[in-house]
Amino acid sequence: MAKTIMTVDDSSSVRQMVGMTLKGAGFTVVEAVDGADGLAKAKASTLDMIITDLNMPNMDGIALITALRTLPAYKFTPIVMLTTESQATRKQEGKTAGATGWIVKPFKPEQLLEVVKKVLG
Amino acid sequence: MNVEIDTSAFTEEAYELLSELEDSLLELEASPQDQELISRVFRAMHTIKGSGAMFGFDAVAEFTHEVETVFDMARNGTIPVTKPLIDLTLAARDQIRAMLDAAAGGEPADQANANRIIAGLRGLSPEKKGGGGSTAPAAPSGKAQAPSQAANEPHIFRIRFAPNPEIFATGTNPLLLLNELRELGECRVVANTEKLPDFEELDPEQCYTGWEIFLTTELGENAIHDVFIFVEDECDINIRLLDRDQVMRDQETTKKLGQILLERGDINPNELEKALMPLGDRLVQAGAVTPDKVRAALTEQQVIQEKQDKKKTAETATSVRVPSDKLDSLVDLVGELVTMQARLNQTAGTIGDHTLQLIAEEVERLTAELRDNTMSIRMLTIDTTFNKFKRLVRDLSTELGKEIELITSGGETELDKTVIDQLNDPLVHIIRNSIDHGVEAPDVRRACGKNPVGKITLSAIHSGASVLIRVTDDGAGLDAQRLRAKGIEKGLLSPDEEISEKEAFQLIFAAGFSTAAKITNVSGRGVGMDVVRRSIEGLRGSIDVTSTLGKGTTITLKLPLTLAIIEGLLVMVEGEYFVLPLAAVEECVELSRDDVDKAHGRHVINVRGEIIPYIRIRSRFEIGGTPPDIEQIVISEVDEKRIGFVVDKVVGQHQTVIKTLGKNFQHSEEFSGATILGNGGVALILDLNKMVRYVEEEEIRELDSP
Repeated sequence: MAKTIMTVDDSSSVRQMVGMTLKGAGFTVVEAVDGADGLAKAKASTLDMIITDLNMPNMDGIALITALRTLPAYKFTPIVMLTTESQATRKQEGKTAGATGWIVKPFKPEQLLEVVKKVLG
Repeated sequence: MNVEIDTSAFTEEAYELLSELEDSLLELEASPQDQELISRVFRAMHTIKGSGAMFGFDAVAEFTHEVETVFDMARNGTIPVTKPLIDLTLAARDQIRAMLDAAAGGEPADQANANRIIAGLRGLSPEKKGGGGSTAPAAPSGKAQAPSQAANEPHIFRIRFAPNPEIFATGTNPLLLLNELRELGECRVVANTEKLPDFEELDPEQCYTGWEIFLTTELGENAIHDVFIFVEDECDINIRLLDRDQVMRDQETTKKLGQILLERGDINPNELEKALMPLGDRLVQAGAVTPDKVRAALTEQQVIQEKQDKKKTAETATSVRVPSDKLDSLVDLVGELVTMQARLNQTAGTIGDHTLQLIAEEVERLTAELRDNTMSIRMLTIDTTFNKFKRLVRDLSTELGKEIELITSGGETELDKTVIDQLNDPLVHIIRNSIDHGVEAPDVRRACGKNPVGKITLSAIHSGASVLIRVTDDGAGLDAQRLRAKGIEKGLLSPDEEISEKEAFQLIFAAGFSTAAKITNVSGRGVGMDVVRRSIEGLRGSIDVTSTLGKGTTITLKLPLTLAIIEGLLVMVEGEYFVLPLAAVEECVELSRDDVDKAHGRHVINVRGEIIPYIRIRSRFEIGGTPPDIEQIVISEVDEKRIGFVVDKVVGQHQTVIKTLGKNFQHSEEFSGATILGNGGVALILDLNKMVRYVEEEEIRELDSP
């Protein structure tokens, strides 16, 4: 069965790019527009992996990761955050919150798939 | 992979963000302390930058990065939100807009203006350099990074990986990391479980296991660091390059102490053995190390040893030269074995003993493997044959005053040695024909608007159990009308006979056929193509021509991968067995008395609306007896036509080891050989092409002499 990955980003173009890349590689994709939306959707569905932006309105990526890790279903689920190079401290915050890894923006579709393969096997 | 992404989604979104940015900036001017507003501004720019770069708007991304860097400081409170900052940011916003418009085909953006804005923004930051981001962490760039060590020579790395016990809580599966290492090269992993607590104290959500990995890879240390990039901050990772070539030297030369003591009679063998307990065991007994550690160390030793052994074998034995008759006899023996195995299978089936059947099946599997291996030993790449033609083409084209380039592809395709050996002459004929009749002289080519340099392409590709060899030229092509006229002139066709283009092309394979106006010493004597066809068929292959007048000709040779063993269809007529090559067989249908009556004495049958002629094996070989009420027709493809062969019974698929017929039967050309069956009987292998041709010739003769 195809694995399901949720992409959480307030930018529709990033969601589109991530979504198309993952669908092209055979994954099922759930899209969420911010942390709150992502958390609600994570509770409503079964996800194998989450790719989240950090800077988002309503609930940011760090808060989303922290919230997801308290849910039994997502205790061990790979969560990858999208960061920019100017966010070294945010990266560390994300790691502390329980993120599995990170992808530095901007990235190419191949790099995204490489990371997905790395954490999802 | 390459993903085509529509950039309109990005520009649309960017325009939206820019107008939002404008609103936020104006609001911010009114209440410069509002943290939420600052965040909104930052986010908008951040998104434009991030997606801009992803969608290929690098200039936009670069510019926005500068603005964002300064605004990040405002967000952190390093610099205050002042009017100049807002003015500059608004100007920057307009600049981004202009850059996007430029990308969409509008006026080019003013680079000088951009530089002014950046300079102004930089002026606002306390340190001149900007410096919003501290250290830029490296992207997980995968295997793209250049290996730090020399690439070609494989190295052994020892990687000690002790994950943080909390590793699972970050969604990391350490086993995936080990798998990733395995992709880098040959990998041996020893688990270190000494930290594993007793079962009662074990927390299943913690990782207690560590690993020692011995990786032999051509990649550098960076590639290994990349694997661990997400976890290297939390986990204990120690990577060391192991290469101790010198240590292993001059070991065997001196006598060991134990041996000397024993020889001098100072100790007895028992005592020696006790003392010679492996070092690891002794250390464990002494409590100095744990068994896991010893195991890891032993693995290390072994990996290094193996690498050295491999190096030695690589030096001495990359290939072995063996006289080819030894290989031939090996193939013969395998053939015997396949035959014997068929007999074993049959016997096991008759006896019905389960254990025996199991053994028979196992032997069958081994035999098949042995057969494939033996066949692969005989396989040679065709590139040596191809390379010979480069010279041939060069010499011949110069002689004929033509300019021709030979392009080869698929030289790595493998074929049985026998096939390759016998392929040379037919290919020479075909290529000569292409050079002589196919490719025109340079001035003729120029007149036709073609490149004066002609092109002959020689290619080989695999297609199922066959190899297709194509000779394509971009020359004049075959003229079906001229071929037909020539055919009539030579008496191969009657003047009123209409033939298709395909049939006309087939005429070039008829004996004594040549349309060349004058005979050159290269070709044109009409002894070429019929010989070619005969030798290709001798290899159980087939030949096909396609051509477009004025554009060129392609001759395709279809050859079996191997000659010694084929897949056949075993059939029976009046207790006699025959084998038809399975590659040619298309389907089997029944032939009832009714069908025969309906055809009014003609040997044809209607199969799903298609009229197919058939040959009765029984009458062809004058076997006699009475056929059963319902006979079977094996429909096969012969010379691109569908022809049926009528038999009493279709037995089934048969691994056919081909035995050549003895000298006395050299002239029975309708058989390409014989094979020995599981029950010890003999089945003749039918050469369908030849059989059909003989039958055709006989019928034409009968028609000519009523």
